Amino acid sequence: MSAPTLDRVGPKTGKDRRPAGVMIADGTLVVVVLAALLAPLLAPYAPDAIDLSASLVGTGPEHLLGTDSSGQDLLSRVLYGARTSLVAPILLLAIAAVLGVTLGTLAAWRGGWVDTVVSRLTDVMYAFPGLLFTVLIIAVFGAGMTTSVLALGLAYTPTVAKYTRSVALSERRKPYIDAYGVQGMGGARICARYLVPNLGRSIIGYLVVLFGEALMSLATLSYLGFGAQPPSSDWGLMVQEGQAAVVQGALLPALVPGFAIALVVVSFNVVGVWAADRLGSRR
Amino acid sequence: MLARISRRLAGLLATLLAASFVIFAAVYAAPGDPAVFLAGGRDKLSPEKLELVRAQYHLDEPLVVQYGRWLGDCVQLDLGRSFKYSDQVADLLAARFPTTLTLVAYATVLFVVLGVGAGVLAAVRRGTWIDSTVVGGTTLAASVPSFVSAIALVAVFGVQLGWFPVTGSGEGFAGTVHHLTLPALSLALGALALISRVTRQSMVDAGAADHVEVARASGIREREIVVRHVLRNALGPIVTMCGLVMAGMLAGTVVVETAFGISGIGSLLVGAINTHDFPVAQAVLLLMVTGYIVVTTLVDLVHPLLDPRVKEASA
Repeated sequence: MSAPTLDRVGPKTGKDRRPAGVMIADGTLVVVVLAALLAPLLAPYAPDAIDLSASLVGTGPEHLLGTDSSGQDLLSRVLYGARTSLVAPILLLAIAAVLGVTLGTLAAWRGGWVDTVVSRLTDVMYAFPGLLFTVLIIAVFGAGMTTSVLALGLAYTPTVAKYTRSVALSERRKPYIDAYGVQGMGGARICARYLVPNLGRSIIGYLVVLFGEALMSLATLSYLGFGAQPPSSDWGLMVQEGQAAVVQGALLPALVPGFAIALVVVSFNVVGVWAADRLGSRR
Repeated sequence: MLARISRRLAGLLATLLAASFVIFAAVYAAPGDPAVFLAGGRDKLSPEKLELVRAQYHLDEPLVVQYGRWLGDCVQLDLGRSFKYSDQVADLLAARFPTTLTLVAYATVLFVVLGVGAGVLAAVRRGTWIDSTVVGGTTLAASVPSFVSAIALVAVFGVQLGWFPVTGSGEGFAGTVHHLTLPALSLALGALALISRVTRQSMVDAGAADHVEVARASGIREREIVVRHVLRNALGPIVTMCGLVMAGMLAGTVVVETAFGISGIGSLLVGAINTHDFPVAQAVLLLMVTGYIVVTTLVDLVHPLLDPRVKEASA
């Protein structure tokens, strides 16, 4: 059975061709993913190889993007940093997706007090602006990448739950859901086997839109010292470590990872909005 | 109207209670003895010091009673003691809050002027290169995290050109403005996309109304039409969005103050967490969340004053 949400994705026509901006963004993301995968082959140095005699070297044949204050090669670090910077947001969104889709579906399906409890919980978490909910969790459990990913996963749960609830509400009114009910199938089974899988595409589209923001949030936490810890070559942490050198006139240690973050976030936002439009899951 | 206000205020109170309870009860989620955690954990603590913490937080009583007492103390501005600064937390906050407020106010002025201006420009010149430049440029700006834009601004205007100081918050009005320009700008940049998009959309919607066509047909100058007939009617969503963004900026200062080395409550929060000074972190979080909830409620209450149509619809 084809879910009605898929109807928006019609047969391929001329209009379906990707706009130039999306193609560039796609290309950028492919390059970044390849860089992350092939980091050990591409990187000229080990990401944590300290060489104090080569501190803050500018661009040159030895170090294509220069070095930071401890003489670590920036190109190598940025290549390796792509790994944490891409994998960690995927993990946190996976956590948010599992929790959020469960809560959202439950709220939409059961309604009544379950719905009320879920939306009250959501309201309380929305009372914390920006990263403050995550920061509270880190204040309690201590800094670190694991805590940050878990905390952000929790912080993104209400957003995913709210979205899932709204799409699940309109989906459950459709006749095919009733049909399964009439056949004597239980609610949990209908949700798990038909309702949620049919929402899959639009939920994934929504998660792609969230990816850029999630990456930015994680980088921000690492920058503040709450996320990745040295000697990791996480991009947010690299910006923090490179910041002191900016005042001395050495801009690359902070701006190279900063540029990498911005580039990936821009690309994901461009691709995400375009994909969400096509999958019918634009906010 | 009165019913609406009291309903909103009741909601405000309920949310405040729930959020403050989360902030308070977080102590109990921490591994180990709450008293040790509140006193800063890692150091060796004398029994007297622990006793002081237990007394301050009434740790021997049931959770609800503790929360009630804590909340009562907070309302009376007794926010406990910082065990790192060995100072009253309320004094720490009072010394730093004005700087943070100034920063938020400055950033608000910047994003309102630039964001609404860009949005109006994009709406008036809809479909031209100006429109696409505004939309593209602000989207790009929103994709750069504030700590990256902060460092880029420091690199260009602070270090290379030397126009602005790179750290601190300055003395006197001129000095403060001078010092806070780059921080306020990096705080405002991320908001431009949202504000200009809402402004543009709201202007386009309001511009499609019949009375605008009538005004144009009666030969009123275009500038006057845009300001008096279109912008005035588009104001509701714009003001609401500006209010919401401003409320959220209190949390944004955490990053920007750290990047620029400004001693406000945002950098105080980061420092408190890094030094395991939980009472201070708790107080800053409570202040920021309260500010956020109060401002968003106010924005909601002001909306019908700007746009009487909302009042009719909700009545």
